[in-house]
Amino acid sequence: MRKKRFRRIVIHVALIAICATAAAPFLWMLATSVKTVAGAAAYPPQWWPHPWRWRNYLDLFNTRQYHFLLWTRNSLIIAVLVVTGTVISSALAAYGFACIRFRGRGVLFALMLSTMMIPFPVTMVSVFIVFHWLGAHTGIPFLGTFKPLWIPAWFGSAFNIFLLRQFFMTIPEELSEAARLDGCSELGIFTRIILPLSKPALSVVALFAFLGVWNDFLGPLIYLQRASQFTLALGLQSFQSQHGGTSWNMLMAASVLVMLPVLLLFFIAQRTFIEGIATTGLKG
Amino acid sequence: MATSRSELRNLVKGLAFLSPWMIGFAAFTAIPIGLSAYFSLCNYPLLQPPVFVGAQNYTDLVHDGVFWQSLWNTLYYALLALPLGMAIAIGAALLLNSKIRGLSIYRTLIFLPSLTPAVAGAMIWLWLFNSKLGLINLVLQKLGVAHPPGWLVSPRWAMPSLALMSFWGIGNTVVIYLAGLQDVPRELYEAAEIDGAGGLDRIWHVTLPCISPVIFFNLVMAVIGVVQNFTAPYIMTGGGPARATYFYTMYLYDNAFRYLRMGYASAMAWVQFLLVLALTGLAFWSARHWVHYQGR
Repeated sequence: MRKKRFRRIVIHVALIAICATAAAPFLWMLATSVKTVAGAAAYPPQWWPHPWRWRNYLDLFNTRQYHFLLWTRNSLIIAVLVVTGTVISSALAAYGFACIRFRGRGVLFALMLSTMMIPFPVTMVSVFIVFHWLGAHTGIPFLGTFKPLWIPAWFGSAFNIFLLRQFFMTIPEELSEAARLDGCSELGIFTRIILPLSKPALSVVALFAFLGVWNDFLGPLIYLQRASQFTLALGLQSFQSQHGGTSWNMLMAASVLVMLPVLLLFFIAQRTFIEGIATTGLKG
Repeated sequence: MATSRSELRNLVKGLAFLSPWMIGFAAFTAIPIGLSAYFSLCNYPLLQPPVFVGAQNYTDLVHDGVFWQSLWNTLYYALLALPLGMAIAIGAALLLNSKIRGLSIYRTLIFLPSLTPAVAGAMIWLWLFNSKLGLINLVLQKLGVAHPPGWLVSPRWAMPSLALMSFWGIGNTVVIYLAGLQDVPRELYEAAEIDGAGGLDRIWHVTLPCISPVIFFNLVMAVIGVVQNFTAPYIMTGGGPARATYFYTMYLYDNAFRYLRMGYASAMAWVQFLLVLALTGLAFWSARHWVHYQGR
Protein backbone atom coordinates (compact mmCIF):
# COMPACT_ATOMS: atom_id res chain seq x y z
CA MET A 1 0.00 0.00 0.00
CA ARG A 2 2.70 2.41 1.05
CA LYS A 3 4.77 1.63 -2.00
CA LYS A 4 1.79 2.35 -4.20
CA ARG A 5 1.17 5.75 -2.65
CA PHE A 6 4.83 6.65 -2.99
CA ARG A 7 4.71 5.72 -6.65
CA ARG A 8 1.66 7.87 -7.20
CA ILE A 9 3.38 10.88 -5.63
CA VAL A 10 6.43 10.42 -7.83
CA ILE A 11 4.22 10.34 -10.94
CA HIS A 12 2.41 13.51 -9.84
CA VAL A 13 5.67 15.35 -9.21
CA ALA A 14 7.07 14.33 -12.59
CA LEU A 15 3.91 15.34 -14.44
CA ILE A 16 3.72 18.68 -12.63
CA ALA A 17 7.32 19.39 -13.63
CA ILE A 18 6.58 18.57 -17.29
CA CYS A 19 3.40 20.63 -17.31
CA ALA A 20 5.14 23.60 -15.71
CA THR A 21 7.75 23.49 -18.48
CA ALA A 22 5.00 23.27 -21.08
CA ALA A 23 3.04 26.17 -19.62
CA ALA A 24 5.87 28.55 -18.72
CA PRO A 25 6.45 29.85 -22.28
CA PHE A 26 2.72 30.68 -22.58
CA LEU A 27 2.69 32.54 -19.26
CA TRP A 28 5.85 34.45 -20.13
CA MET A 29 4.33 35.41 -23.48
CA LEU A 30 1.09 36.58 -21.84
CA ALA A 31 2.95 38.57 -19.19
CA THR A 32 5.17 40.25 -21.79
CA SER A 33 2.19 41.07 -23.99
CA VAL A 34 0.71 43.42 -21.38
CA LYS A 35 3.95 45.14 -20.39
CA THR A 36 5.09 48.54 -21.58
CA VAL A 37 8.08 48.70 -23.94
CA ALA A 38 10.23 49.75 -21.00
CA GLY A 39 8.72 47.03 -18.84
CA ALA A 40 9.55 44.33 -21.39
CA ALA A 41 13.13 45.61 -21.72
CA ALA A 42 13.71 46.13 -17.99
CA TYR A 43 16.76 44.46 -16.48
CA PRO A 44 16.49 42.39 -14.37
CA PRO A 45 13.24 41.31 -16.07
CA GLN A 46 9.89 41.88 -14.35
CA TRP A 47 8.04 38.70 -13.42
CA TRP A 48 4.80 40.60 -13.09
CA PRO A 49 3.78 43.34 -15.53
CA HIS A 50 3.96 46.79 -14.00
CA PRO A 51 1.96 48.70 -15.09
CA TRP A 52 -0.45 46.45 -16.99
CA ARG A 53 -0.94 47.75 -20.50
CA TRP A 54 -3.91 46.04 -22.13
CA ARG A 55 -3.88 48.78 -24.76
CA ASN A 56 -1.15 46.83 -26.62
CA TYR A 57 -3.86 44.67 -28.13
CA LEU A 58 -5.92 47.65 -29.24
CA ASP A 59 -2.83 49.29 -30.69
CA LEU A 60 -2.21 46.27 -32.90
CA PHE A 61 -5.47 46.98 -34.68
CA ASN A 62 -5.39 50.76 -34.50
CA THR A 63 -1.91 51.41 -35.78
CA ARG A 64 -2.04 51.90 -39.54
CA GLN A 65 1.28 50.33 -40.48
CA TYR A 66 0.51 46.96 -38.86
CA HIS A 67 -2.47 45.76 -40.98
CA PHE A 68 -3.48 43.23 -38.32
CA LEU A 69 -7.18 43.57 -39.06
CA LEU A 70 -6.52 42.98 -42.74
CA TRP A 71 -4.26 40.02 -42.03
CA THR A 72 -6.91 38.44 -39.81
CA ARG A 73 -9.47 38.87 -42.58
CA ASN A 74 -7.10 37.33 -45.17
CA SER A 75 -6.36 34.35 -42.95
CA LEU A 76 -10.06 33.77 -42.35
CA ILE A 77 -10.94 33.93 -46.06
CA ILE A 78 -8.23 31.43 -46.97
CA ALA A 79 -9.10 29.20 -44.01
CA VAL A 80 -12.80 29.02 -44.94
CA LEU A 81 -12.00 28.18 -48.56
CA VAL A 82 -9.42 25.55 -47.61
CA VAL A 83 -11.54 23.86 -44.92
CA THR A 84 -14.65 23.67 -47.11
CA GLY A 85 -12.69 22.37 -50.09
CA THR A 86 -10.75 19.80 -48.09
CA VAL A 87 -13.83 18.35 -46.41
CA ILE A 88 -15.90 18.08 -49.61
CA SER A 89 -13.22 16.73 -51.93
CA SER A 90 -11.68 14.36 -49.38
CA ALA A 91 -15.08 12.93 -48.45
CA LEU A 92 -15.90 12.29 -52.12
CA ALA A 93 -12.65 10.42 -52.72
CA ALA A 94 -12.95 8.54 -49.43
CA TYR A 95 -16.42 7.35 -50.45
CA GLY A 96 -15.01 6.06 -53.73
CA PHE A 97 -12.29 4.16 -51.88
CA ALA A 98 -14.49 2.81 -49.09
CA CYS A 99 -17.93 2.12 -50.56
CA ILE A 100 -17.58 1.30 -54.26
CA ARG A 101 -15.85 -1.87 -55.46
CA PHE A 102 -14.08 -1.45 -58.77
CA ARG A 103 -11.04 -2.66 -60.62
CA GLY A 104 -7.84 -0.82 -59.83
CA ARG A 105 -9.10 0.52 -56.51
CA GLY A 106 -6.29 -1.10 -54.56
CA VAL A 107 -3.62 0.32 -56.86
CA LEU A 108 -5.07 3.83 -56.70
CA PHE A 109 -5.34 3.59 -52.93
CA ALA A 110 -1.69 2.57 -52.58
CA LEU A 111 -0.73 5.43 -54.90
CA MET A 112 -2.68 7.87 -52.76
CA LEU A 113 -1.07 6.62 -49.55
CA SER A 114 2.39 6.95 -51.06
CA THR A 115 1.80 10.66 -51.76
CA MET A 116 1.65 11.21 -48.00
CA MET A 117 5.37 10.53 -47.94
CA ILE A 118 6.23 13.38 -50.31
CA PRO A 119 7.49 16.41 -48.38
CA PHE A 120 6.04 19.77 -49.41
CA PRO A 121 9.42 21.30 -50.43
CA VAL A 122 9.87 18.56 -53.04
CA THR A 123 6.99 19.85 -55.14
CA MET A 124 6.90 23.49 -54.09
CA VAL A 125 9.26 24.75 -56.81
CA SER A 126 7.54 23.02 -59.71
CA VAL A 127 4.02 23.76 -58.40
CA PHE A 128 5.08 27.40 -58.24
CA ILE A 129 6.25 27.15 -61.85
CA VAL A 130 2.91 25.55 -62.83
CA PHE A 131 1.03 28.51 -61.32
CA HIS A 132 3.47 30.93 -62.95
CA TRP A 133 2.88 29.23 -66.30
CA LEU A 134 -0.92 29.16 -65.82
CA GLY A 135 -0.89 32.87 -65.09
CA ALA A 136 1.17 33.64 -68.18
CA HIS A 137 -1.01 31.53 -70.50
CA THR A 138 -4.52 32.26 -69.23
CA GLY A 139 -4.16 35.92 -68.36
CA ILE A 140 -5.63 35.17 -64.90
CA PRO A 141 -3.15 36.18 -62.20
CA PHE A 142 -2.21 33.35 -59.84
CA LEU A 143 1.05 34.48 -58.24
CA GLY A 144 0.48 37.22 -55.72
CA THR A 145 -3.12 36.08 -55.11
CA PHE A 146 -4.78 33.69 -52.65
CA LYS A 147 -5.55 31.15 -55.39
CA PRO A 148 -2.45 28.93 -55.11
CA LEU A 149 -3.11 28.72 -51.37
CA TRP A 150 -6.66 27.34 -51.55
CA ILE A 151 -7.22 25.79 -54.99
CA PRO A 152 -5.17 22.63 -54.26
CA ALA A 153 -7.34 22.02 -51.18
CA TRP A 154 -10.35 21.41 -53.43
CA PHE A 155 -8.69 18.31 -54.90
CA GLY A 156 -8.50 16.19 -51.77
CA SER A 157 -5.56 15.57 -49.47
CA ALA A 158 -4.19 12.08 -48.99
CA PHE A 159 -4.10 12.09 -45.21
CA ASN A 160 -7.71 13.22 -44.86
CA ILE A 161 -8.97 10.85 -47.53
CA PHE A 162 -7.31 8.03 -45.63
CA LEU A 163 -8.83 9.12 -42.31
CA LEU A 164 -12.35 9.38 -43.76
CA ARG A 165 -12.04 6.13 -45.70
CA GLN A 166 -11.20 4.30 -42.47
CA PHE A 167 -14.29 5.78 -40.87
CA PHE A 168 -16.62 5.08 -43.81
CA MET A 169 -15.52 1.43 -43.73
CA THR A 170 -16.97 1.05 -40.24
CA ILE A 171 -20.48 2.05 -41.42
CA PRO A 172 -22.52 -1.17 -41.97
CA GLU A 173 -22.82 -1.93 -45.66
CA GLU A 174 -26.45 -3.07 -45.21
CA LEU A 175 -27.50 0.57 -44.85
CA SER A 176 -26.26 1.61 -48.28
CA GLU A 177 -27.30 -1.76 -49.83
CA ALA A 178 -30.89 -1.20 -48.69
CA ALA A 179 -30.88 2.33 -50.11
CA ARG A 180 -29.43 1.02 -53.38
CA LEU A 181 -32.28 -1.54 -53.66
CA ASP A 182 -34.75 1.29 -53.08
CA GLY A 183 -33.27 2.99 -56.14
CA CYS A 184 -31.19 5.58 -54.34
CA SER A 185 -28.35 6.98 -56.41
CA GLU A 186 -24.75 6.71 -55.30
CA LEU A 187 -24.61 10.46 -54.66
CA GLY A 188 -27.82 10.13 -52.62
CA ILE A 189 -26.31 7.39 -50.46
CA PHE A 190 -23.23 9.55 -49.98
CA THR A 191 -25.08 12.71 -48.92
CA ARG A 192 -28.04 11.14 -47.09
CA ILE A 193 -26.53 8.14 -45.34
CA ILE A 194 -22.74 8.26 -45.16
CA LEU A 195 -22.16 11.97 -44.49
CA PRO A 196 -24.74 12.35 -41.68
CA LEU A 197 -23.28 9.28 -39.95
CA SER A 198 -19.71 10.61 -40.26
CA LYS A 199 -19.97 13.94 -38.49
CA PRO A 200 -17.26 13.10 -35.92
CA ALA A 201 -14.76 12.10 -38.60
CA LEU A 202 -15.66 15.08 -40.79
CA SER A 203 -15.09 17.46 -37.92
CA VAL A 204 -11.68 15.92 -37.27
CA VAL A 205 -10.78 16.54 -40.92
CA ALA A 206 -12.10 20.11 -40.75
CA LEU A 207 -10.07 20.73 -37.59
CA PHE A 208 -6.84 19.40 -39.09
CA ALA A 209 -7.42 21.36 -42.28
CA PHE A 210 -7.99 24.53 -40.29
CA LEU A 211 -4.86 23.98 -38.19
CA GLY A 212 -2.83 23.28 -41.29
CA VAL A 213 -3.87 26.42 -43.15
CA TRP A 214 -3.81 28.69 -40.09
CA ASN A 215 -0.28 27.57 -39.23
CA ASP A 216 1.05 27.53 -42.78
CA PHE A 217 3.97 29.86 -43.28
CA LEU A 218 5.94 28.62 -46.28
CA GLY A 219 2.95 28.68 -48.67
CA PRO A 220 2.02 32.34 -48.04
CA LEU A 221 5.72 33.25 -48.00
CA ILE A 222 6.13 31.91 -51.52
CA TYR A 223 2.91 33.18 -53.08
CA LEU A 224 1.99 36.47 -51.38
CA GLN A 225 3.93 39.61 -52.18
CA ARG A 226 2.15 42.73 -50.92
CA ALA A 227 1.84 43.36 -47.19
CA SER A 228 -1.88 44.01 -47.58
CA GLN A 229 -2.36 40.40 -48.74
CA PHE A 230 -0.44 38.70 -45.95
CA THR A 231 -1.96 36.09 -43.69
CA LEU A 232 -1.58 36.46 -39.92
CA ALA A 233 1.34 34.02 -39.83
CA LEU A 234 3.22 35.86 -42.55
CA GLY A 235 2.21 39.25 -41.14
CA LEU A 236 3.53 38.30 -37.72
CA GLN A 237 6.90 37.44 -39.25
CA SER A 238 7.07 40.69 -41.24
CA PHE A 239 6.12 42.57 -38.08
CA GLN A 240 8.99 40.86 -36.25
CA SER A 241 11.55 41.58 -38.94
CA GLN A 242 10.59 45.28 -38.83
CA HIS A 243 10.08 45.84 -35.13
CA GLY A 244 11.86 42.79 -33.67
CA GLY A 245 14.40 43.24 -30.94
CA THR A 246 12.71 46.41 -29.73
CA SER A 247 9.00 46.11 -29.01
CA TRP A 248 8.81 42.63 -27.51
CA ASN A 249 5.55 43.50 -25.83
CA MET A 250 3.82 44.15 -29.15
CA LEU A 251 5.39 41.08 -30.72
CA MET A 252 4.06 38.89 -27.92
CA ALA A 253 0.61 40.50 -28.11
CA ALA A 254 0.57 39.77 -31.84
CA SER A 255 1.64 36.16 -31.18
CA VAL A 256 -1.23 35.76 -28.71
CA LEU A 257 -3.55 37.06 -31.40
CA VAL A 258 -2.34 34.47 -33.91
CA MET A 259 -2.77 31.68 -31.37
CA LEU A 260 -6.15 32.75 -30.07
CA PRO A 261 -8.43 31.13 -32.71
CA VAL A 262 -6.57 27.83 -32.37
CA LEU A 263 -6.89 27.86 -28.59
CA LEU A 264 -10.58 28.81 -28.70
CA LEU A 265 -11.22 25.99 -31.14
CA PHE A 266 -9.36 23.58 -28.90
CA PHE A 267 -11.43 24.42 -25.85
CA ILE A 268 -14.66 24.14 -27.84
CA ALA A 269 -13.77 20.82 -29.46
CA GLN A 270 -11.30 19.27 -27.04
CA ARG A 271 -12.59 15.71 -27.41
CA THR A 272 -12.55 15.84 -31.19
CA PHE A 273 -8.95 17.02 -31.06
CA ILE A 274 -7.61 14.40 -28.70
CA GLU A 275 -9.53 11.50 -30.23
CA GLY A 276 -8.71 12.59 -33.76
CA ILE A 277 -5.01 12.78 -33.06
CA ALA A 278 -5.03 9.53 -31.13
CA THR A 279 -6.62 7.62 -34.02
CA THR A 280 -4.21 8.97 -36.64
CA GLY A 281 -1.39 7.04 -35.02
CA LEU A 282 -3.25 3.81 -34.42
CA LYS A 283 -4.62 3.33 -37.88
CA GLY A 284 -1.35 4.30 -39.56
CA MET B 1 -22.50 -10.10 -69.49
CA ALA B 2 -24.58 -8.87 -66.60
CA THR B 3 -21.68 -9.02 -64.16
CA SER B 4 -19.31 -7.24 -66.49
CA ARG B 5 -21.85 -4.50 -67.11
CA SER B 6 -22.32 -3.88 -63.39
CA GLU B 7 -18.55 -4.05 -63.02
CA LEU B 8 -18.20 -1.35 -65.64
CA ARG B 9 -20.87 0.74 -63.94
CA ASN B 10 -19.02 0.45 -60.64
CA LEU B 11 -15.79 1.47 -62.30
CA VAL B 12 -17.40 4.60 -63.73
CA LYS B 13 -19.01 5.45 -60.38
CA GLY B 14 -15.80 4.84 -58.48
CA LEU B 15 -13.73 6.96 -60.82
CA ALA B 16 -16.36 9.71 -60.71
CA PHE B 17 -16.00 9.96 -56.94
CA LEU B 18 -12.23 9.83 -57.19
CA SER B 19 -12.00 12.33 -60.03
CA PRO B 20 -11.31 15.44 -57.91
CA TRP B 21 -8.48 13.65 -56.18
CA MET B 22 -7.14 12.20 -59.44
CA ILE B 23 -7.10 15.61 -61.14
CA GLY B 24 -5.37 17.08 -58.09
CA PHE B 25 -2.89 14.21 -58.01
CA ALA B 26 -2.00 14.86 -61.64
CA ALA B 27 -1.86 18.65 -61.36
CA PHE B 28 -0.20 19.09 -57.99
CA THR B 29 1.87 15.92 -57.52
CA ALA B 30 2.56 13.78 -60.60
CA ILE B 31 3.11 16.52 -63.20
CA PRO B 32 5.14 18.75 -60.85
CA ILE B 33 7.39 15.84 -59.91
CA GLY B 34 7.87 14.97 -63.58
CA LEU B 35 8.47 18.62 -64.46
CA SER B 36 10.98 19.05 -61.68
CA ALA B 37 12.88 16.02 -62.98
CA TYR B 38 13.16 17.84 -66.32
CA PHE B 39 13.89 21.27 -64.81
CA SER B 40 16.62 19.71 -62.67
CA LEU B 41 18.46 19.08 -65.94
CA CYS B 42 18.02 22.68 -67.07
CA ASN B 43 19.35 26.12 -66.48
CA TYR B 44 16.08 27.90 -65.66
CA PRO B 45 16.11 31.47 -64.30
CA LEU B 46 12.24 31.54 -64.31
CA LEU B 47 11.84 34.66 -66.44
CA GLN B 48 13.60 33.03 -69.40
CA PRO B 49 12.67 29.60 -70.81
CA PRO B 50 14.58 26.56 -69.47
CA VAL B 51 17.75 25.52 -71.33
CA PHE B 52 18.80 21.86 -71.17
CA VAL B 53 22.22 21.45 -69.55
CA GLY B 54 22.29 17.73 -68.70
CA ALA B 55 23.58 16.71 -65.31
CA GLN B 56 25.26 20.07 -64.74
CA ASN B 57 23.11 21.00 -61.70
CA TYR B 58 23.86 17.70 -59.99
CA THR B 59 27.62 17.95 -60.54
CA ASP B 60 27.44 21.54 -59.27
CA LEU B 61 25.65 20.30 -56.14
CA VAL B 62 28.42 17.81 -55.41
CA HIS B 63 30.95 20.67 -55.45
CA ASP B 64 28.72 23.10 -53.57
CA GLY B 65 29.97 23.53 -50.01
CA VAL B 66 26.76 25.25 -48.90
CA PHE B 67 24.70 22.29 -50.13
CA TRP B 68 26.75 19.88 -48.02
CA GLN B 69 26.64 22.18 -45.05
CA SER B 70 22.84 22.51 -45.21
CA LEU B 71 22.54 18.74 -45.55
CA TRP B 72 24.84 18.15 -42.60
CA ASN B 73 22.99 20.77 -40.51
CA THR B 74 19.70 19.03 -41.17
CA LEU B 75 21.17 15.67 -40.22
CA TYR B 76 22.77 17.12 -37.08
CA TYR B 77 19.43 18.59 -36.04
CA ALA B 78 17.71 15.25 -36.66
CA LEU B 79 20.25 13.47 -34.47
CA LEU B 80 19.78 16.02 -31.70
CA ALA B 81 16.00 16.27 -31.86
CA LEU B 82 14.61 12.86 -32.89
CA PRO B 83 15.93 10.26 -30.42
CA LEU B 84 15.65 12.48 -27.37
CA GLY B 85 12.26 13.81 -28.47
CA MET B 86 11.00 10.28 -28.84
CA ALA B 87 12.26 9.25 -25.43
CA ILE B 88 10.64 12.28 -23.80
CA ALA B 89 7.32 11.68 -25.58
CA ILE B 90 7.21 8.00 -24.62
CA GLY B 91 8.22 8.84 -21.07
CA ALA B 92 5.46 11.44 -20.74
CA ALA B 93 2.93 9.02 -22.24
CA LEU B 94 3.97 6.30 -19.75
CA LEU B 95 3.46 8.75 -16.88
CA LEU B 96 0.05 9.73 -18.23
CA ASN B 97 -0.94 6.08 -18.61
CA SER B 98 -1.58 5.61 -14.90
CA LYS B 99 -4.70 5.85 -12.81
CA ILE B 100 -4.23 9.12 -10.98
CA ARG B 101 -6.24 12.25 -10.43
CA GLY B 102 -6.07 15.29 -12.68
CA LEU B 103 -5.01 13.24 -15.68
CA SER B 104 -7.01 15.20 -18.24
CA ILE B 105 -5.53 18.49 -17.00
CA TYR B 106 -2.00 17.10 -17.33
CA ARG B 107 -2.79 15.77 -20.78
CA THR B 108 -4.25 19.09 -21.94
CA LEU B 109 -1.25 21.07 -20.70
CA ILE B 110 1.21 18.72 -22.39
CA PHE B 111 -0.79 18.74 -25.61
CA LEU B 112 -1.43 22.50 -25.93
CA PRO B 113 2.03 23.66 -27.07
CA SER B 114 1.83 21.40 -30.12
CA LEU B 115 -1.14 23.46 -31.32
CA THR B 116 0.83 26.70 -31.31
CA PRO B 117 1.21 28.01 -34.87
CA ALA B 118 4.84 27.60 -35.92
CA VAL B 119 5.35 31.34 -36.40
CA ALA B 120 3.94 32.20 -32.97
CA GLY B 121 6.01 29.43 -31.40
CA ALA B 122 9.11 30.84 -33.06
CA MET B 123 8.36 34.30 -31.64
CA ILE B 124 7.83 32.95 -28.12
CA TRP B 125 11.11 31.04 -28.17
CA LEU B 126 13.00 33.91 -29.73
CA TRP B 127 11.98 35.83 -26.64
CA LEU B 128 12.67 32.98 -24.21
CA PHE B 129 16.15 32.42 -25.68
CA ASN B 130 17.02 36.13 -25.61
CA SER B 131 20.44 36.06 -23.98
CA LYS B 132 19.97 39.14 -21.80
CA LEU B 133 16.23 39.43 -21.14
CA GLY B 134 15.02 35.88 -21.84
CA LEU B 135 13.31 33.70 -19.27
CA ILE B 136 15.71 30.79 -19.78
CA ASN B 137 18.88 32.67 -18.88
CA LEU B 138 17.04 34.43 -16.08
CA VAL B 139 16.22 31.05 -14.52
CA LEU B 140 19.74 29.73 -15.19
CA GLN B 141 21.26 32.75 -13.43
CA LYS B 142 18.95 32.25 -10.45
CA LEU B 143 20.18 28.65 -10.35
CA GLY B 144 23.76 29.93 -10.14
CA VAL B 145 24.97 29.57 -13.73
CA ALA B 146 27.26 32.59 -14.01
CA HIS B 147 27.72 32.60 -17.77
CA PRO B 148 24.71 31.01 -19.49
CA PRO B 149 25.05 30.40 -23.24
CA GLY B 150 23.96 32.97 -25.83
CA TRP B 151 21.62 30.34 -27.34
CA LEU B 152 20.49 31.50 -30.78
CA VAL B 153 23.34 33.98 -31.27
CA SER B 154 26.03 31.42 -30.49
CA PRO B 155 27.20 29.27 -33.42
CA ARG B 156 27.69 26.37 -31.05
CA TRP B 157 24.38 26.61 -29.21
CA ALA B 158 22.03 27.72 -31.98
CA MET B 159 21.27 24.23 -33.26
CA PRO B 160 20.82 22.65 -29.81
CA SER B 161 18.50 25.57 -29.03
CA LEU B 162 16.26 24.68 -31.96
CA ALA B 163 16.24 21.03 -30.89
CA LEU B 164 15.39 22.04 -27.33
CA MET B 165 12.50 24.12 -28.61
CA SER B 166 11.20 21.19 -30.68
CA PHE B 167 10.63 19.18 -27.48
CA TRP B 168 8.08 21.75 -26.41
CA GLY B 169 5.83 20.93 -29.36
CA ILE B 170 5.87 17.20 -28.83
CA GLY B 171 2.42 16.91 -27.21
CA ASN B 172 0.59 15.52 -30.22
CA THR B 173 2.90 12.51 -30.38
CA VAL B 174 2.41 12.03 -26.62
CA VAL B 175 -1.33 11.74 -27.28
CA ILE B 176 -0.69 9.18 -30.03
CA TYR B 177 1.60 7.13 -27.75
CA LEU B 178 -0.95 7.33 -24.95
CA ALA B 179 -3.67 5.93 -27.21
CA GLY B 180 -1.29 3.11 -28.13
CA LEU B 181 -0.51 2.40 -24.48
CA GLN B 182 -4.18 2.17 -23.62
CA ASP B 183 -4.52 -0.59 -26.21
CA VAL B 184 -1.93 -2.84 -24.58
CA PRO B 185 -3.82 -5.90 -23.27
CA ARG B 186 -4.04 -6.09 -19.45
CA GLU B 187 -3.41 -9.85 -19.50
CA LEU B 188 0.13 -9.31 -20.76
CA TYR B 189 1.02 -7.18 -17.74
CA GLU B 190 -0.58 -9.69 -15.38
CA ALA B 191 1.29 -12.55 -17.01
CA ALA B 192 4.56 -10.61 -16.73
CA GLU B 193 3.86 -9.86 -13.08
CA ILE B 194 3.24 -13.55 -12.33
CA ASP B 195 6.56 -14.30 -14.01
CA GLY B 196 8.12 -11.88 -11.54
CA ALA B 197 8.97 -9.05 -13.93
CA GLY B 198 9.62 -5.69 -12.24
CA GLY B 199 8.36 -2.31 -13.41
CA LEU B 200 11.23 -1.56 -15.81
CA ASP B 201 11.25 -5.13 -17.11
CA ARG B 202 7.58 -4.83 -17.91
CA ILE B 203 8.12 -1.57 -19.81
CA TRP B 204 11.01 -3.03 -21.78
CA HIS B 205 9.57 -6.48 -22.54
CA VAL B 206 5.82 -5.83 -22.66
CA THR B 207 4.96 -2.16 -23.17
CA LEU B 208 7.55 -1.13 -25.75
CA PRO B 209 7.10 -4.17 -28.04
CA CYS B 210 3.32 -3.69 -27.87
CA ILE B 211 3.48 -0.06 -28.92
CA SER B 212 6.28 -0.58 -31.44
CA PRO B 213 3.91 -0.03 -34.42
CA VAL B 214 3.02 3.37 -32.95
CA ILE B 215 6.68 4.17 -32.37
CA PHE B 216 7.35 3.22 -35.97
CA PHE B 217 4.55 5.47 -37.26
CA ASN B 218 5.81 8.41 -35.23
CA LEU B 219 9.39 7.77 -36.33
CA VAL B 220 8.50 7.84 -40.03
CA MET B 221 6.40 10.99 -39.60
CA ALA B 222 9.17 12.66 -37.60
CA VAL B 223 11.79 11.83 -40.24
CA ILE B 224 9.62 13.27 -43.00
CA GLY B 225 8.99 16.34 -40.86
CA VAL B 226 12.59 16.94 -39.87
CA VAL B 227 13.84 16.82 -43.46
CA GLN B 228 11.59 19.77 -44.33
CA ASN B 229 12.27 21.88 -41.22
CA PHE B 230 12.07 25.51 -42.32
CA THR B 231 9.81 27.93 -40.47
CA ALA B 232 11.47 28.08 -37.05
CA PRO B 233 15.07 28.54 -38.27
CA TYR B 234 13.97 30.93 -41.04
CA ILE B 235 12.32 33.21 -38.51
CA MET B 236 14.55 32.75 -35.48
CA THR B 237 18.06 32.69 -36.92
CA GLY B 238 17.74 33.23 -40.66
CA GLY B 239 20.13 30.29 -40.93
CA GLY B 240 22.83 31.92 -38.81
CA PRO B 241 24.97 32.59 -36.99
CA ALA B 242 27.64 31.73 -39.57
CA ARG B 243 25.20 29.34 -41.32
CA ALA B 244 25.10 27.15 -38.21
CA THR B 245 21.34 26.64 -38.60
CA TYR B 246 21.08 26.86 -42.38
CA PHE B 247 18.75 23.94 -43.15
CA TYR B 248 18.39 22.05 -46.42
CA THR B 249 14.94 23.45 -47.19
CA MET B 250 16.18 26.99 -46.54
CA TYR B 251 18.89 26.60 -49.17
CA LEU B 252 16.33 25.12 -51.56
CA TYR B 253 13.99 28.06 -50.87
CA ASP B 254 16.78 30.60 -51.36
CA ASN B 255 17.86 29.05 -54.66
CA ALA B 256 14.31 29.02 -56.01
CA PHE B 257 12.82 32.24 -54.72
CA ARG B 258 15.75 34.47 -53.87
CA TYR B 259 18.25 33.67 -56.66
CA LEU B 260 15.56 32.37 -59.09
CA ARG B 261 17.71 29.34 -59.94
CA MET B 262 14.73 27.06 -60.60
CA GLY B 263 16.78 24.31 -62.22
CA TYR B 264 19.26 24.11 -59.36
CA ALA B 265 16.40 24.19 -56.82
CA SER B 266 14.63 21.39 -58.71
CA ALA B 267 17.77 19.27 -58.50
CA MET B 268 17.82 19.91 -54.75
CA ALA B 269 14.15 18.92 -54.54
CA TRP B 270 14.91 15.62 -56.25
CA VAL B 271 17.83 14.92 -53.94
CA GLN B 272 15.52 15.64 -51.00
CA PHE B 273 12.88 13.32 -52.41
CA LEU B 274 15.40 10.50 -52.81
CA LEU B 275 16.72 11.19 -49.33
CA VAL B 276 13.25 10.83 -47.81
CA LEU B 277 12.65 7.65 -49.82
CA ALA B 278 15.96 6.22 -48.62
CA LEU B 279 15.31 7.15 -44.98
CA THR B 280 11.76 5.79 -44.90
CA GLY B 281 12.95 2.73 -46.79
CA LEU B 282 15.60 2.25 -44.12
CA ALA B 283 12.95 2.63 -41.42
CA PHE B 284 10.70 0.06 -43.08
CA TRP B 285 13.62 -2.34 -43.51
CA SER B 286 14.67 -2.01 -39.89
CA ALA B 287 11.04 -2.39 -38.80
CA ARG B 288 11.20 -6.12 -39.47
CA HIS B 289 13.57 -6.45 -36.56
CA TRP B 290 11.83 -4.37 -33.95
CA VAL B 291 8.19 -3.73 -34.85
CA HIS B 292 5.76 -6.35 -33.57
CA TYR B 293 2.25 -6.41 -34.90
CA GLN B 294 -0.26 -8.17 -32.68
CA GLY B 295 -2.64 -10.49 -34.45
CA ARG B 296 -5.36 -7.87 -34.85
